[in-house]
Amino acid sequence: MHQWSARARGWWQHPAFGRGVREMMSVSPGLAAWGLMTGVAMVKSGMSTIEAVAMSLLVFAGSSQLAAMPLIAAGAPVWVILTTSFCVNLRFVVFSAHMRPYLMHLPLRWRLFHGYLTVDLSYVLFTRHYPHPSSDGAERREQLAYLSGGSLLNWVSWQSASLLGIALANVIPTHWGLGFAGILALLGVGCSLASSPLRRVSAGVAGMAAVVAYALPLKLNIVVAIASAVALCLIIEETRPKTPAATP
Amino acid sequence: MEGTDLWTLAVIVGLALVTVITRCFFFMSNQPWHLPHWAQRGLQYAPIAALAAVVAPEVVIAHGQLIGTWQDARIYAALTGAAYFFWRKGQGQAVLGTIVSGMAVYLPLHLGLGW
Repeated sequence: MHQWSARARGWWQHPAFGRGVREMMSVSPGLAAWGLMTGVAMVKSGMSTIEAVAMSLLVFAGSSQLAAMPLIAAGAPVWVILTTSFCVNLRFVVFSAHMRPYLMHLPLRWRLFHGYLTVDLSYVLFTRHYPHPSSDGAERREQLAYLSGGSLLNWVSWQSASLLGIALANVIPTHWGLGFAGILALLGVGCSLASSPLRRVSAGVAGMAAVVAYALPLKLNIVVAIASAVALCLIIEETRPKTPAATP
Repeated sequence: MEGTDLWTLAVIVGLALVTVITRCFFFMSNQPWHLPHWAQRGLQYAPIAALAAVVAPEVVIAHGQLIGTWQDARIYAALTGAAYFFWRKGQGQAVLGTIVSGMAVYLPLHLGLGW
Protein backbone atom coordinates (compact mmCIF):
# COMPACT_ATOMS: atom_id res chain seq x y z
CA MET A 1 0.00 0.00 0.00
CA HIS A 2 2.81 2.35 0.91
CA GLN A 3 4.66 1.61 -2.30
CA TRP A 4 1.45 2.08 -4.28
CA SER A 5 0.79 5.56 -2.95
CA ALA A 6 4.44 6.56 -3.36
CA ARG A 7 4.29 5.56 -7.01
CA ALA A 8 1.01 7.40 -7.57
CA ARG A 9 2.36 10.53 -5.90
CA GLY A 10 5.40 10.41 -8.15
CA TRP A 11 3.20 10.52 -11.24
CA TRP A 12 1.07 13.43 -10.14
CA GLN A 13 4.05 15.56 -9.24
CA HIS A 14 6.15 14.98 -12.34
CA PRO A 15 6.05 17.92 -14.80
CA ALA A 16 5.46 15.43 -17.64
CA PHE A 17 2.09 14.58 -16.06
CA GLY A 18 0.90 18.15 -16.67
CA ARG A 19 2.30 18.05 -20.21
CA GLY A 20 0.32 14.88 -20.89
CA VAL A 21 -2.82 16.52 -19.53
CA ARG A 22 -2.30 19.70 -21.61
CA GLU A 23 -1.67 17.88 -24.88
CA MET A 24 -4.76 15.74 -24.37
CA MET A 25 -6.71 18.91 -23.50
CA SER A 26 -6.42 20.18 -27.08
CA VAL A 27 -8.26 17.14 -28.44
CA SER A 28 -10.72 16.76 -25.56
CA PRO A 29 -13.57 18.82 -27.13
CA GLY A 30 -13.68 16.33 -29.98
CA LEU A 31 -13.48 13.43 -27.55
CA ALA A 32 -16.23 14.91 -25.45
CA ALA A 33 -18.58 15.37 -28.41
CA TRP A 34 -17.89 11.80 -29.48
CA GLY A 35 -18.42 10.47 -25.93
CA LEU A 36 -21.64 12.47 -25.64
CA MET A 37 -23.03 10.90 -28.81
CA THR A 38 -21.95 7.42 -27.70
CA GLY A 39 -23.89 7.96 -24.49
CA VAL A 40 -26.94 9.10 -26.46
CA ALA A 41 -26.63 6.14 -28.84
CA MET A 42 -26.55 3.59 -25.99
CA VAL A 43 -29.85 4.81 -24.58
CA LYS A 44 -31.40 5.14 -28.06
CA SER A 45 -30.46 1.52 -28.78
CA GLY A 46 -32.83 0.51 -25.98
CA MET A 47 -30.45 -0.03 -23.06
CA SER A 48 -31.63 0.89 -19.56
CA THR A 49 -29.84 3.70 -17.73
CA ILE A 50 -28.02 1.25 -15.48
CA GLU A 51 -26.90 -0.84 -18.46
CA ALA A 52 -25.70 2.23 -20.34
CA VAL A 53 -23.79 3.57 -17.32
CA ALA A 54 -22.23 0.16 -16.69
CA MET A 55 -21.22 -0.14 -20.33
CA SER A 56 -19.67 3.33 -20.38
CA LEU A 57 -17.72 2.87 -17.14
CA LEU A 58 -16.60 -0.73 -17.73
CA VAL A 59 -16.19 -1.23 -21.47
CA PHE A 60 -14.63 2.19 -22.11
CA ALA A 61 -14.20 1.67 -25.86
CA GLY A 62 -16.38 3.83 -28.12
CA SER A 63 -16.15 1.90 -31.37
CA SER A 64 -16.55 -1.46 -29.64
CA GLN A 65 -19.61 -0.15 -27.77
CA LEU A 66 -21.16 1.22 -30.95
CA ALA A 67 -20.60 -2.12 -32.67
CA ALA A 68 -22.04 -4.14 -29.77
CA MET A 69 -25.20 -2.05 -29.21
CA PRO A 70 -27.27 -3.28 -32.17
CA LEU A 71 -26.16 -6.86 -31.48
CA ILE A 72 -27.24 -6.65 -27.83
CA ALA A 73 -30.53 -5.09 -28.88
CA ALA A 74 -31.09 -7.93 -31.35
CA GLY A 75 -30.25 -10.57 -28.73
CA ALA A 76 -27.31 -11.96 -30.74
CA PRO A 77 -25.35 -14.90 -29.22
CA VAL A 78 -22.74 -13.81 -26.68
CA TRP A 79 -19.82 -15.20 -28.69
CA VAL A 80 -20.86 -13.16 -31.74
CA ILE A 81 -20.96 -9.97 -29.66
CA LEU A 82 -17.60 -10.65 -28.02
CA THR A 83 -15.94 -11.68 -31.30
CA THR A 84 -17.23 -8.53 -32.98
CA SER A 85 -15.88 -6.40 -30.18
CA PHE A 86 -12.53 -8.22 -30.29
CA CYS A 87 -12.18 -7.58 -34.03
CA VAL A 88 -13.19 -3.93 -33.71
CA ASN A 89 -10.51 -3.67 -31.01
CA LEU A 90 -7.79 -5.44 -33.01
CA ARG A 91 -5.96 -2.17 -33.58
CA PHE A 92 -5.31 -2.10 -29.84
CA VAL A 93 -3.50 -5.44 -30.19
CA VAL A 94 -1.14 -3.69 -32.63
CA PHE A 95 -0.74 -0.80 -30.18
CA SER A 96 0.03 -3.22 -27.32
CA ALA A 97 2.96 -4.71 -29.27
CA HIS A 98 4.31 -1.17 -29.58
CA MET A 99 3.69 -0.33 -25.91
CA ARG A 100 5.29 -3.51 -24.56
CA PRO A 101 8.89 -2.22 -24.23
CA TYR A 102 7.61 0.95 -22.52
CA LEU A 103 5.66 -0.97 -19.86
CA MET A 104 7.36 -4.33 -19.26
CA HIS A 105 9.41 -3.07 -16.30
CA LEU A 106 6.15 -2.55 -14.36
CA PRO A 107 4.34 -5.20 -12.30
CA LEU A 108 1.42 -6.88 -14.07
CA ARG A 109 -1.32 -4.91 -12.31
CA TRP A 110 0.18 -1.60 -13.43
CA ARG A 111 0.62 -2.88 -16.97
CA LEU A 112 -3.06 -3.83 -17.00
CA PHE A 113 -3.98 -0.45 -15.55
CA HIS A 114 -2.07 1.48 -18.22
CA GLY A 115 -3.15 -0.86 -20.98
CA TYR A 116 -6.82 -0.55 -20.08
CA LEU A 117 -6.62 3.25 -20.13
CA THR A 118 -4.56 3.50 -23.33
CA VAL A 119 -6.99 4.36 -26.12
CA ASP A 120 -6.25 5.56 -29.65
CA LEU A 121 -5.37 9.13 -28.77
CA SER A 122 -3.38 8.42 -25.62
CA TYR A 123 -1.33 5.85 -27.55
CA VAL A 124 -0.77 8.14 -30.53
CA LEU A 125 0.15 11.20 -28.46
CA PHE A 126 2.42 9.09 -26.24
CA THR A 127 4.39 7.43 -29.06
CA ARG A 128 4.61 10.78 -30.87
CA HIS A 129 6.15 12.35 -27.80
CA TYR A 130 8.38 9.39 -26.90
CA PRO A 131 9.36 7.54 -30.09
CA HIS A 132 11.76 5.28 -28.16
CA PRO A 133 11.34 3.32 -24.92
CA SER A 134 13.93 3.98 -22.26
CA SER A 135 15.99 1.82 -19.94
CA ASP A 136 16.80 4.72 -17.63
CA GLY A 137 14.77 5.03 -14.41
CA ALA A 138 14.21 8.79 -14.54
CA GLU A 139 13.20 8.73 -18.20
CA ARG A 140 10.83 5.85 -17.58
CA ARG A 141 9.16 7.80 -14.79
CA GLU A 142 8.80 10.78 -17.10
CA GLN A 143 7.25 8.64 -19.84
CA LEU A 144 4.79 7.03 -17.44
CA ALA A 145 3.87 10.41 -15.95
CA TYR A 146 3.12 11.74 -19.45
CA LEU A 147 1.11 8.64 -20.35
CA SER A 148 -0.86 8.82 -17.09
CA GLY A 149 -1.68 12.50 -17.53
CA GLY A 150 -3.02 11.99 -21.03
CA SER A 151 -4.86 8.79 -20.17
CA LEU A 152 -6.53 10.19 -17.07
CA LEU A 153 -7.70 13.39 -18.76
CA ASN A 154 -8.95 11.29 -21.65
CA TRP A 155 -10.84 9.01 -19.24
CA VAL A 156 -12.40 11.93 -17.36
CA SER A 157 -13.52 13.82 -20.48
CA TRP A 158 -14.81 10.69 -22.20
CA GLN A 159 -16.71 9.37 -19.17
CA SER A 160 -18.23 12.68 -18.12
CA ALA A 161 -19.39 13.37 -21.68
CA SER A 162 -20.72 9.85 -22.09
CA LEU A 163 -22.64 9.99 -18.79
CA LEU A 164 -24.01 13.40 -19.79
CA GLY A 165 -25.12 11.86 -23.07
CA ILE A 166 -26.93 9.08 -21.19
CA ALA A 167 -28.68 11.65 -19.01
CA LEU A 168 -29.65 13.92 -21.92
CA ALA A 169 -30.37 11.17 -24.45
CA ASN A 170 -33.90 12.30 -25.07
CA VAL A 171 -32.97 15.96 -25.49
CA ILE A 172 -30.02 15.71 -27.92
CA PRO A 173 -31.09 14.74 -31.43
CA THR A 174 -28.63 12.37 -33.11
CA HIS A 175 -29.19 13.99 -36.51
CA TRP A 176 -27.15 17.00 -35.43
CA GLY A 177 -24.12 14.82 -36.04
CA LEU A 178 -22.11 16.19 -33.09
CA GLY A 179 -20.16 12.93 -33.03
CA PHE A 180 -18.32 14.12 -36.14
CA ALA A 181 -16.20 16.27 -33.84
CA GLY A 182 -14.60 13.04 -32.61
CA ILE A 183 -13.59 12.19 -36.18
CA LEU A 184 -12.13 15.68 -36.57
CA ALA A 185 -10.09 15.15 -33.38
CA LEU A 186 -8.66 11.93 -34.86
CA LEU A 187 -8.02 13.79 -38.14
CA GLY A 188 -6.11 16.55 -36.36
CA VAL A 189 -3.92 14.09 -34.49
CA GLY A 190 -3.41 12.17 -37.74
CA CYS A 191 -2.18 15.38 -39.41
CA SER A 192 0.28 15.91 -36.57
CA LEU A 193 1.77 12.48 -37.24
CA ALA A 194 2.29 13.13 -40.96
CA SER A 195 5.90 14.13 -40.31
CA SER A 196 7.71 12.05 -42.93
CA PRO A 197 6.96 11.17 -46.56
CA LEU A 198 6.52 7.48 -45.75
CA ARG A 199 4.08 8.25 -42.97
CA ARG A 200 2.02 10.25 -45.44
CA VAL A 201 2.13 7.24 -47.76
CA SER A 202 0.97 5.10 -44.83
CA ALA A 203 -1.98 7.42 -44.17
CA GLY A 204 -2.99 7.53 -47.83
CA VAL A 205 -2.79 3.78 -48.32
CA ALA A 206 -4.60 2.99 -45.07
CA GLY A 207 -7.35 5.51 -45.78
CA MET A 208 -7.97 4.13 -49.25
CA ALA A 209 -7.73 0.50 -48.15
CA ALA A 210 -10.21 1.09 -45.32
CA VAL A 211 -12.71 2.55 -47.80
CA VAL A 212 -12.17 -0.15 -50.44
CA ALA A 213 -12.41 -2.95 -47.86
CA TYR A 214 -15.35 -1.35 -46.05
CA ALA A 215 -17.70 -4.22 -46.90
CA LEU A 216 -15.70 -6.65 -44.72
CA PRO A 217 -17.57 -7.75 -41.59
CA LEU A 218 -16.56 -6.87 -38.01
CA LYS A 219 -14.74 -3.67 -39.05
CA LEU A 220 -11.91 -5.85 -40.31
CA ASN A 221 -11.32 -3.18 -42.97
CA ILE A 222 -9.37 -1.23 -40.33
CA VAL A 223 -7.01 -4.12 -39.65
CA VAL A 224 -6.58 -4.83 -43.38
CA ALA A 225 -5.83 -1.13 -43.90
CA ILE A 226 -3.19 -0.97 -41.14
CA ALA A 227 -1.54 -4.19 -42.34
CA SER A 228 -1.38 -3.13 -45.99
CA ALA A 229 -0.11 0.38 -45.19
CA VAL A 230 2.62 -0.90 -42.84
CA ALA A 231 3.64 -3.65 -45.29
CA LEU A 232 3.88 -1.24 -48.21
CA CYS A 233 5.94 1.26 -46.18
CA LEU A 234 8.35 -1.51 -45.13
CA ILE A 235 8.74 -2.60 -48.76
CA ILE A 236 9.42 0.99 -49.87
CA GLU A 237 11.91 1.38 -47.01
CA GLU A 238 13.75 -1.77 -48.13
CA THR A 239 13.89 -0.95 -51.80
CA ARG A 240 14.68 2.75 -51.91
CA PRO A 241 18.30 3.96 -51.54
CA LYS A 242 19.28 4.31 -47.91
CA THR A 243 19.53 7.84 -46.59
CA PRO A 244 21.32 8.61 -43.33
CA ALA A 245 17.98 9.47 -41.71
CA ALA A 246 16.47 6.14 -42.69
CA THR A 247 19.13 4.00 -41.08
CA PRO A 248 18.56 3.62 -37.36
CA MET B 1 -36.04 2.40 -20.53
CA GLU B 2 -37.35 -1.00 -19.41
CA GLY B 3 -35.70 -2.98 -16.67
CA THR B 4 -32.10 -4.00 -16.53
CA ASP B 5 -31.44 -7.63 -17.32
CA LEU B 6 -28.65 -9.83 -16.11
CA TRP B 7 -27.83 -11.20 -19.55
CA THR B 8 -27.01 -7.70 -20.81
CA LEU B 9 -24.92 -6.94 -17.73
CA ALA B 10 -23.01 -10.20 -18.22
CA VAL B 11 -22.35 -9.27 -21.86
CA ILE B 12 -21.11 -5.86 -20.70
CA VAL B 13 -18.66 -7.51 -18.28
CA GLY B 14 -17.50 -9.75 -21.15
CA LEU B 15 -16.99 -6.69 -23.35
CA ALA B 16 -14.95 -5.05 -20.60
CA LEU B 17 -12.71 -8.14 -20.50
CA VAL B 18 -12.29 -7.91 -24.28
CA THR B 19 -11.18 -4.28 -23.82
CA VAL B 20 -8.53 -5.33 -21.27
CA ILE B 21 -7.33 -8.32 -23.30
CA THR B 22 -6.98 -6.42 -26.59
CA ARG B 23 -5.36 -3.34 -25.05
CA CYS B 24 -2.87 -5.43 -23.02
CA PHE B 25 -2.49 -8.30 -25.49
CA PHE B 26 1.29 -8.25 -25.93
CA PHE B 27 2.29 -7.24 -22.43
CA MET B 28 0.16 -9.50 -20.26
CA SER B 29 2.72 -12.30 -20.21
CA ASN B 30 6.00 -12.02 -18.29
CA GLN B 31 7.82 -14.25 -20.77
CA PRO B 32 10.81 -12.58 -22.40
CA TRP B 33 9.87 -11.86 -25.96
CA HIS B 34 11.10 -9.45 -28.59
CA LEU B 35 9.42 -8.11 -31.65
CA PRO B 36 11.29 -8.97 -34.83
CA HIS B 37 13.29 -6.01 -36.12
CA TRP B 38 11.13 -5.49 -39.21
CA ALA B 39 8.00 -5.38 -37.07
CA GLN B 40 9.59 -2.79 -34.78
CA ARG B 41 10.34 -0.59 -37.77
CA GLY B 42 6.88 -1.20 -39.21
CA LEU B 43 5.21 0.00 -36.02
CA GLN B 44 6.22 3.60 -36.65
CA TYR B 45 3.76 3.57 -39.56
CA ALA B 46 0.93 1.93 -37.59
CA PRO B 47 -0.48 4.87 -35.58
CA ILE B 48 -1.10 7.13 -38.56
CA ALA B 49 -2.43 4.15 -40.56
CA ALA B 50 -4.89 3.31 -37.77
CA LEU B 51 -6.14 6.90 -37.61
CA ALA B 52 -6.49 7.19 -41.39
CA ALA B 53 -8.31 3.84 -41.49
CA VAL B 54 -10.81 5.02 -38.88
CA VAL B 55 -11.27 8.52 -40.30
CA ALA B 56 -11.47 7.96 -44.07
CA PRO B 57 -14.63 5.78 -44.10
CA GLU B 58 -16.32 8.17 -41.66
CA VAL B 59 -15.85 10.96 -44.19
CA VAL B 60 -16.63 9.35 -47.54
CA ILE B 61 -18.94 6.42 -46.78
CA ALA B 62 -22.69 6.67 -46.19
CA HIS B 63 -25.06 3.73 -45.76
CA GLY B 64 -22.24 1.28 -46.40
CA GLN B 65 -21.27 2.75 -49.76
CA LEU B 66 -18.84 5.31 -51.13
CA ILE B 67 -20.82 8.53 -51.44
CA GLY B 68 -21.69 9.54 -55.02
CA THR B 69 -22.30 13.21 -54.32
CA TRP B 70 -20.24 16.28 -53.48
CA GLN B 71 -23.09 17.57 -51.32
CA ASP B 72 -21.79 16.04 -48.13
CA ALA B 73 -20.86 18.28 -45.21
CA ARG B 74 -18.25 15.81 -43.93
CA ILE B 75 -15.95 16.26 -46.96
CA TYR B 76 -15.76 20.05 -46.58
CA ALA B 77 -15.45 19.84 -42.80
CA ALA B 78 -12.54 17.38 -43.02
CA LEU B 79 -10.79 19.43 -45.74
CA THR B 80 -11.25 22.63 -43.73
CA GLY B 81 -9.96 20.98 -40.55
CA ALA B 82 -6.88 19.56 -42.28
CA ALA B 83 -6.23 22.86 -44.10
CA TYR B 84 -6.39 24.72 -40.78
CA PHE B 85 -3.93 22.29 -39.23
CA PHE B 86 -1.36 22.66 -42.01
CA TRP B 87 -1.89 26.43 -42.25
CA ARG B 88 -0.95 26.64 -38.55
CA LYS B 89 1.87 24.16 -39.24
CA GLY B 90 0.64 22.11 -36.30
CA GLN B 91 1.71 24.77 -33.79
CA GLY B 92 -0.14 25.72 -30.62
CA GLN B 93 -3.68 24.45 -30.37
CA ALA B 94 -3.77 23.25 -33.99
CA VAL B 95 -5.72 20.08 -33.20
CA LEU B 96 -8.32 22.07 -31.29
CA GLY B 97 -8.49 24.43 -34.28
CA THR B 98 -9.01 21.45 -36.57
CA ILE B 99 -12.03 20.39 -34.51
CA VAL B 100 -13.49 23.89 -34.20
CA SER B 101 -12.98 24.98 -37.84
CA GLY B 102 -14.22 21.60 -39.10
CA MET B 103 -17.39 21.78 -37.00
CA ALA B 104 -17.89 25.44 -38.03
CA VAL B 105 -18.15 24.19 -41.61
CA TYR B 106 -19.95 20.95 -40.79
CA LEU B 107 -22.87 22.21 -38.70
CA PRO B 108 -24.18 24.94 -41.09
CA LEU B 109 -23.88 22.66 -44.12
CA HIS B 110 -25.37 19.67 -42.31
CA LEU B 111 -28.16 21.38 -40.37
CA GLY B 112 -28.74 24.34 -42.70
CA LEU B 113 -28.53 22.71 -46.13
CA GLY B 114 -29.18 19.13 -45.07
CA TRP B 115 -25.91 17.90 -46.64
